[in-house]
Amino acid sequence: MIATATMQTEVAPPPMRDVDAETKLDARHVNFWYGDFQALHDASLAVQARKITALIGPSGCGKTTFLRVFNRMHDLTPGTRATGEVLLDGHNVLSPDTDVINLRRQVGMLFQRANPFPKSIYDNVAYGPHILGWSKPQINEIVEESLKDTGLWDEVKDRLRRSALNLSGGQQQRLCLARALAVKPEVILMDEPASALDPIATLRIEELMQELKKRYTIVIVTHNMQQSARVSDFTAFMLMNPKRAGEVIEFGPTDDIFNRPKDSRTEDYITGRFG
Amino acid sequence: MSRLLARIMLDRLVTAVIVLCVMLTAIPVLVLLLFVVIRGLPGMLTPGFFTSPPHPFGVPGGGVFNAIIGTLEIVGIGSLLAVPFGALVGIFLSEYGRNRIGDTVRFTSDVLTGLPSIAFGIFGYTVLVATLHHFSAISASVALAVLMLPVVLRATETALVLVPQSLREAGLALGAARWRVTIEIVVPAALGGIVTGALLAMARAAGETAPLLFTALGNDFTQVNPLQPMGALSLTVFKNALLPYTELQNQAWAAALLLVIMVAVTNILARIYVRRIQR
Repeated sequence: MIATATMQTEVAPPPMRDVDAETKLDARHVNFWYGDFQALHDASLAVQARKITALIGPSGCGKTTFLRVFNRMHDLTPGTRATGEVLLDGHNVLSPDTDVINLRRQVGMLFQRANPFPKSIYDNVAYGPHILGWSKPQINEIVEESLKDTGLWDEVKDRLRRSALNLSGGQQQRLCLARALAVKPEVILMDEPASALDPIATLRIEELMQELKKRYTIVIVTHNMQQSARVSDFTAFMLMNPKRAGEVIEFGPTDDIFNRPKDSRTEDYITGRFG
Repeated sequence: MSRLLARIMLDRLVTAVIVLCVMLTAIPVLVLLLFVVIRGLPGMLTPGFFTSPPHPFGVPGGGVFNAIIGTLEIVGIGSLLAVPFGALVGIFLSEYGRNRIGDTVRFTSDVLTGLPSIAFGIFGYTVLVATLHHFSAISASVALAVLMLPVVLRATETALVLVPQSLREAGLALGAARWRVTIEIVVPAALGGIVTGALLAMARAAGETAPLLFTALGNDFTQVNPLQPMGALSLTVFKNALLPYTELQNQAWAAALLLVIMVAVTNILARIYVRRIQR
């Protein structure tokens, strides 16, 4: 069902760039400050296209901060500053001439707690396309397609005009995912998307991620190591350095990180000796 | 066991104190309301109360038609001035006002809230009546608008600040510009609070007498031209209550009751409307 949905006509396809076939998002030597406090130190990460990359590590190690740099969400917090480079298809998103609005369309985000707008289910998914000025029939089509992609369509197709706030927590989170998919992003950032969900709803999200990675590049922050091991292709382990700034300790294929960690600190964390 | 008993007793005691406080607050309001209904109802049921302007002294009958029209028009124009402007400033304060300018506006608005209402009348008099050499309803509207402004503005700001940050982030993460998120996401989510604030301001304005004394002045004839002196229900209450005629005093009670009813009905209608659009 999901496959047929994607076969439908492409609505305003995202502009194709000269894509480096492998690396979609390349963070190089990123430093980040909240005022005087340095939260990230020399963090680098090469996110592969159409793979799932997980950021793991103990609380406060800068996972979420790192993730939010990728689509410049940190712009919203006064007093923040980022240096280094985050290359999206070769273009540095941290450079001042980046069109943030366009960037966020290309790099969508799913938050820790489901945050549907207090509007109808339909309006939630339609909001992104509506901003882009797509036509009514196009929007109808993309709403249906996005809801099908997230497995919500059959659950909500008879009550699209009802408030999204009446949905269950898991449904709300999938609705938020549908809302993000509706603007046809290339990368989806997920900030502990299942931390507020029960195990069954979590499983739904994880299954969806496996479907979605055929078309999208996914970066997920999780404090749940089992989740990282289950869903991701690559894993980055982060840790606070002595000055409390987050660093990427080790990055590689998930299998290597969990079974053959090179760094003793990674091994300690994986085996549950701290964190 | 005795500790459990002590905790149960303490729980009962605190509950009793809270109930007492609620009653102390609610009872005076209810008594006041009841009193206005009892004293106002006879006057309201007099024929012509709603439909005719006051009769000359000594002529029985007469009503407050002129004052109903006056209150609706003065408060209506005042709201048209104050609500959009106040709401916009409130939006500014909440979404863009974390700075010096915002603090200045907030401080000014708080000072304005504390001003005695007669000062707004003097303002209307100085700015419009003295310059136009004529008492007018519009000068009363302006005075009331200034009085309403801080209420609308702070209510709007408070309502918007209560909208979770996560909703703004959700909108921005979809690639929406900040102004769009403000108008299309944040303001609709806070609409209930904004409307409540606007209504509170309108209710307060409708009951004000002092700002009208030097501006609208009062008028025993029905007048709809905003450039002319105009009656208002609060002025009717004020003037008739001081007169030694029982019939006119009853009319004052009835006018007070009518004001209460008008404010209540507006409130209920607005709440139904907000509930319907927010679903």
